[in-house]
Amino acid sequence: MNAAAGSASPHVVETHGVGKVFETGDAAVTALDGIDLTIRSGEFVSLIGPSGCGKSTLLRIIGDLTDPSGGELRVNGKSARQARLDRDYGMVFQAPVLMDWRNVASNIELPLEVMGFPREDRARRSAALVKLVELEGFEGKHPWQLSGGMQQRVAIARALAFDPKLLLMDEPFGALDEMTRERMNLEVMRIWRETGTTIVFVTHSIPEAVFLSTRVVVMSARPGRISRVVDVDLPQPRTVDTREEPRYFSLVTTVREALRAHLVDTEPLDDLGDARIRAEGIS
Amino acid sequence: MTVASPIIGAGRPVAAPTIRGTVSRRRRAAGAVVLLGLVVLVWEGAKWLGGDPWRIHGTVLGIRVDYEHFPAFNWRIADDLSLPHVWDVIRAFVDPAQRNGPPLGLILAGQALFTFREALTGFALGGLLGLGLGILFVHSRLAERALVPYVVASQTIPILAISPIIVVATQAGWLSVAIISAYLTFFPVTIGALRGLRAADPRAFELLRSYAASGRQVLRQLRLPASVPYLFAAFRIAAAASVIGAIIGELPSGISDGLGSAILNYNQYYILGPEKLWATIIACSFVGIAFVGLVRLAESLLTRGRYRPVDR
Repeated sequence: MNAAAGSASPHVVETHGVGKVFETGDAAVTALDGIDLTIRSGEFVSLIGPSGCGKSTLLRIIGDLTDPSGGELRVNGKSARQARLDRDYGMVFQAPVLMDWRNVASNIELPLEVMGFPREDRARRSAALVKLVELEGFEGKHPWQLSGGMQQRVAIARALAFDPKLLLMDEPFGALDEMTRERMNLEVMRIWRETGTTIVFVTHSIPEAVFLSTRVVVMSARPGRISRVVDVDLPQPRTVDTREEPRYFSLVTTVREALRAHLVDTEPLDDLGDARIRAEGIS
Repeated sequence: MTVASPIIGAGRPVAAPTIRGTVSRRRRAAGAVVLLGLVVLVWEGAKWLGGDPWRIHGTVLGIRVDYEHFPAFNWRIADDLSLPHVWDVIRAFVDPAQRNGPPLGLILAGQALFTFREALTGFALGGLLGLGLGILFVHSRLAERALVPYVVASQTIPILAISPIIVVATQAGWLSVAIISAYLTFFPVTIGALRGLRAADPRAFELLRSYAASGRQVLRQLRLPASVPYLFAAFRIAAAASVIGAIIGELPSGISDGLGSAILNYNQYYILGPEKLWATIIACSFVGIAFVGLVRLAESLLTRGRYRPVDR
C-alpha cells in the first residue's frame, strides 16, 4: 500500500556511505559509518539499535539538523538542506517540545504561521488535526494542562500540519508508559494509513518497531552501522490483534536476535561515547 | 519555554521565574503588614527604652490623657533627632512644610509624581536599550564578547560621579535625569534578556530550523516569548533601580520639583525637623514600591494563563 505517489523519484531518502564522526577534543567518536539506506515513498521504516548506534544521528542527518562527515544523501531527490528549506519533512522529538505560551490549537498552527499560511487555512487545518489526534475539547488548553501522551499527540499533529511527505520521529513515545505507548502506536498506524506519509521512526522498542514498520533497520553500535534489514510482512491494516499473531512473534524474535548478534561484539558498552553523541546532538 | 517532558520535574534545567498564585500573594501582603508592625514596634521600643522623655497632655478620642514617660537609658541613636517618633513622622505629612503653606504630604506627593515620571521614562529608555542589547548579543557573538565587559563595567562606575556629567552634557532638564535613571535600568534588563532569549529548549530551536524559519521568526516565535518570565524578573529589579537613579540624578541637576531636591533640602535643615526627612524617605520608598507593584501587575496581566504557573 501507499505506493509511490507519482513524484519524480520514488525514493524519499537515499543514502550512500553516510558517516558521522564527532570530534570531542581528545578523541574522535565514529557515530555512523557507511550507511546505505533507501526509503521508498509510503514506507514506514524503523531504525532500531542499542544506545549509541547513531540511529538518532542518522535521523537528524536526514533532517539536516546535523551535517554528515561523509557520504551522499538525497531527500526527495534533493540535498538534505534543500529538502529542509522546502519544508519537506515534519519532525517529532522524544519530548513534545510544545510552546508553553501557546494553546493546543495554536501550537499545531505554529509551523503554518512560520510558513505563512493564511489565517482561515490555519484554523481549518488545526481543527482537522485536533480531530485526527482525538483532542477535541482541548484546543484551548496549554501544554502544562495536558498529560504526556496528549502533549505528544499535539506534537504529532503539529508535525503533520503542513502535509509533509516525510515524517521523522525520534523515539516519540520513549518517555510514555507502556499502555499509552501501545495506544499511541495504533494512532500512528491510523495516521500513517490516512495520510500516506512516509515515516522514519527511531525507537529502542522491538515490539514497537515490528508492529509499526514495513521495514525494520537494525543497527549496531561503535561504529554505528546497519547490521540487518528485516522486512515486516504482517498484513495491513494492523490492529490490536496483530500483536497476537505467530508471525508477529517470529519477527520480534528475528529482530531481537539481529540486535543480540551485534551486542556481543560491542560489549562492554562504553556509555561515555553515547553521552558525547547526545551532548553534541542537542547543542 | 517548556521542555514539556512527560516525566514530572524532569527536563526543566532552569528554575524560571514564574507567576504566583493568589493564595501566596495574599499571604505575602499579610507578611508585609506584620513586618511593618514589627519595624514600628522595634522603633518605638528603642525609644521607650533609650530615647528622649516624652509626654502627652490632651484629649485622645474624647478621653483626657496626661502621661509622661522617662526612658531608663539614654541612647543617642534613639533620641528624637536620630529617630523621631513614628507619630511625629506621620504628623509631618499633615503639617504644612512652611508657615501657611500646603501640607508636606501634598508637596511630597507632587514631588513623588515628578520623580516617578522621570523614573518611568528612564525605565522605558533603559528597558528598550537593555532588550535591544540582549537581542544584539544573542545574534552576534562578536558584539557580545566585545561589549558585555563594558556593560558590566558601566555599573561599577558610581552613578553619583557620572550624573553631573550627564546633566551638564545633555542640558535636558528632567530628561537628563531620566537618562541617568536609564543608566541604572538598562543593566538588569540586558542581563535578563541575554539569559531569557537563550532560555528556550534547544530542541525548540531545532524545530524552527526544521520549518526553515528565519532569524526574525525565531526571535518572534521562540526567543521573545520564552524570555518573558526572565524579562519581568529583570523589570522588577530595573523598576526599583530606576527610582534610585531618578532621585540621585536630581541631586546635581538643580531640579527642585522632585524627591531628590526634597532630600537635599530636609537633609540640610535636619536639625529643625528630622521627621521631614524621614517622611521624604517614606515617600521615596513608596514610589519604588508602587513602581515594582505596577510591573508585577503588568506581569500577571500579560502572563496569567499563558505561562506555566509555579508556586514555590
